[in-house]
Amino acid sequence: MKLSIEDLVDVGRGAAFLGTGGGGDPYVGRMLATHAIQEFGMPELVAPEDVADDAQLCTVAMLGAPTVLTEKAACGDDVDLAVRRMEKYLGRSIDAILPVEIGGVNSMLPIMAAARCDLPLVDADGMGRAFPEIQMVSFNIYGVSCTPLVVTDDHLNSLVVDTGTAKRAEDLVRVASIEMGCSVILSSYSMSGADMKRTAVHGTMSLALEIGRAIARGRHNGNPIDALIRHLRTTPYYSECRVLFTGKVTDLRRETTRGFAIGHCRLSALDSSDRVMEVTFQNEHLVARENGEVRAIVPDLICMVDSETAEPIPVEALKYGQRIRVIGVSAPPVLRTPEALAVVGPQAFGLEDAFVPIENLPESSTSSASPRGTQK
Amino acid sequence: MRIGVDVGGTNTDAALMQGDAVVASCKQPTTDNVSDGIVSAIRTVLGESDVSAADVQCVMIGTTHFTNAFVERRNLLDVGIIRVALPASRGIPPLIDWPEGLLAEIGDHRYLVGGGYQFDGRLNSPLDEKAVAEAARELKAKGIRTVAISSVFSPVNGDLEERAAEIVADVMGDVSMTLSHTIGRIGLLERENAAVMNASLAELSQRVVESFRAALRELDIAAPFYISQNDGTLMSADFVERYPVLTFASGPTNSMRGAAYLSGLKDALVADIGGTTTDIGMLNSGFPRESSVAVDIGGVRTNFRMPDVMALGLGGGSLVVEADGEVRVGPRSVGFKLPQKARIFGGETLTASDIAVAADYADFGDPAQVKHLSPELVEAAVQRIHRIVADGVDRMKVSADPVPLVLVGGGSVLIDRDIPGVSEVIVPEYAGVANAIGASIAQVSGETDRVFLYEDTGREAALDQARQEAVAQAVQAGARPESVEVLDIEEVPLAYVPGGAVRLRVKVAGSLALEASEAVQAKGAQGGGR
Repeated sequence: MKLSIEDLVDVGRGAAFLGTGGGGDPYVGRMLATHAIQEFGMPELVAPEDVADDAQLCTVAMLGAPTVLTEKAACGDDVDLAVRRMEKYLGRSIDAILPVEIGGVNSMLPIMAAARCDLPLVDADGMGRAFPEIQMVSFNIYGVSCTPLVVTDDHLNSLVVDTGTAKRAEDLVRVASIEMGCSVILSSYSMSGADMKRTAVHGTMSLALEIGRAIARGRHNGNPIDALIRHLRTTPYYSECRVLFTGKVTDLRRETTRGFAIGHCRLSALDSSDRVMEVTFQNEHLVARENGEVRAIVPDLICMVDSETAEPIPVEALKYGQRIRVIGVSAPPVLRTPEALAVVGPQAFGLEDAFVPIENLPESSTSSASPRGTQK
Repeated sequence: MRIGVDVGGTNTDAALMQGDAVVASCKQPTTDNVSDGIVSAIRTVLGESDVSAADVQCVMIGTTHFTNAFVERRNLLDVGIIRVALPASRGIPPLIDWPEGLLAEIGDHRYLVGGGYQFDGRLNSPLDEKAVAEAARELKAKGIRTVAISSVFSPVNGDLEERAAEIVADVMGDVSMTLSHTIGRIGLLERENAAVMNASLAELSQRVVESFRAALRELDIAAPFYISQNDGTLMSADFVERYPVLTFASGPTNSMRGAAYLSGLKDALVADIGGTTTDIGMLNSGFPRESSVAVDIGGVRTNFRMPDVMALGLGGGSLVVEADGEVRVGPRSVGFKLPQKARIFGGETLTASDIAVAADYADFGDPAQVKHLSPELVEAAVQRIHRIVADGVDRMKVSADPVPLVLVGGGSVLIDRDIPGVSEVIVPEYAGVANAIGASIAQVSGETDRVFLYEDTGREAALDQARQEAVAQAVQAGARPESVEVLDIEEVPLAYVPGGAVRLRVKVAGSLALEASEAVQAKGAQGGGR
């Protein structure tokens, strides 16, 4: 299967949805991928099971502040260099590019890289959503080393980081990336085809494409939210999903803690009830509470979309008065195991609540689907 | 005395103002030759009030001319584009996402050269002066007359764009130039798009401004004139010749500013009800709330300062139809044909205006023509009209607290009842020419949009610096220094960056120093509305 330039619009929208408020605006990424495809042609998208066990893969991603990326994104040669340096360090050639993060702008970088390097693109990633740190990846959780890790910039400087832990690599790369201008290209998680099959979230590039298409189709037929939910229910991972809340933004607070932008978005119900939802985010949405009760919590996905068009809304575009539907979606099973929760569960983000899968949490008190008896 | 003029697609409105008072106003059809309509409208208000042209201190004009020209792809020039960015940004070339029809108008004259800054103002790479000169020579050989210059992080530091412009001017001589940092915000592609749009209008803007000048000469008005920009503040005529793109969306802004002025309210909802649509927006501190999302204009993505306005399909000419036991109002409308088609004017079509007359809360046309309408139909339509406005009001509100609603525009007669969530409905005198009055409000603005590192500078010092820069801009554009007030401060921490990097946007505005208007115009020519 090959992606077309037209498909990129749908992939971008699906990726923004799976970005759960973070991951950066896929627009810049889509332009990068569009230009790469115009110059170098379409990359082949291969199913994970069709990749040879002994194939050599690596990931390519952009790391930086989304605001900086709107001004200074990848130049192209920096992407090629990241792959070439990885090959040199490994002492063998790369056979395919593997996305690391399907949510947000990094859904597009691997498409750009695969097109430029004339390599196939694996239909999988390491999150099935977006997360803010390098170690928050299924590859790491299940024992694939994040290093050697190559960082390149637009001046074609490159660094190879080789550390014991992903967390240590993350710390070093953060510092280097600021010096390099807060917008760098990263190649990491080199692995075999067999390791990819064992650790990756399979099929997520196609899933993003299909989610984007479902929203577009729904708009055409007049009910994009309904089309989105109905489509999610047919997918392998995102099938436990529901509209958690329909409301408008009535308060928005942001603070910078531990170097990360933490925010709280408060929504008030559109009906006359006193229902209030508070969504806390650290780049991505972490937890949604209705009148204090948890309705969905990381690593499950909390997505905000425009209540009419179902357009995903990134946290940077949140504003007072917006009409929003908050949709809770089950995370891929590989993110819900005990070893995964230690890395991407609520405690990894400083939350005290335990992880409870969305399907086991009570639904909203006014939701018709929920019999009273299931309320606690 | 000053005169506000709004040149819309359908009508040209004028208002003669003395201090806070409206001395005279009028509404006339817009003419093909825009200046004829302006002359006629100004002549009418001067004649009605018996004021001599010599007593006019200042004329302010709002116009949709440039927006329409761009969207309709009329009179656009081929644009030379020089992006000062390499080695950065090569992955996304200029014009990448433009519609093909527009690309044919703009041509393919794109150059990427070395230079640019980092997010925190550090130099990313020095300006490749040779490459700029080489690009300029090629553009000159192609006969290009207008050039857009963009650069990475130029809102943080515009020096490289300025230097590149000097080199281009040296090589090309008489050429129109648009520097991206003077019109756009952070976001290279969107800012560059705005610069290219502006450059494409360079000759049209000179012609239009010249026709405005000619109109005033014909009227013997020697006073300076200003043109309103999209945030509701003024640009000098000389400045608008160079930056026509800043007039985009000034129409809705002027209506809202006029509503604030007429009602005396600084924080309120405004509904501008015209013949076909109703624009609802929110006033904060007397200015329209701005849209935070990227705005598409004629298919091109930009990051202009646009008012956050919701357009509803309701106006005086909206069709009223009974179908499936339901009464519907709009979105279809008889539009400007209302005076022929509506029942009250002897026509055949039932419109929202007919309903307002039948329900006995508006008094125009011939009420006898709508006497026979069934009371049930009239009541259902009245409810429908109010529900449409109530829904729009609720969507634009930022809190559950009731706020006042100011109605302006010719269709304001459609509303007679309370609207839920609204503390009071105000229909000021002269509501019909609120846009012309909005244009006449003499304020100029300044804005800073930059990234600061709070850990280095400290938050207070950064805020202070940003405020001072914005105030300096407003003063340069002609504001009286003591009148400049902060309108808006937006702090957005940069995600994924430690070190307290914060994008800080400060916007200020002050009153135009009218008494020294000639000096102001000279300054405005350099500093302009930013």
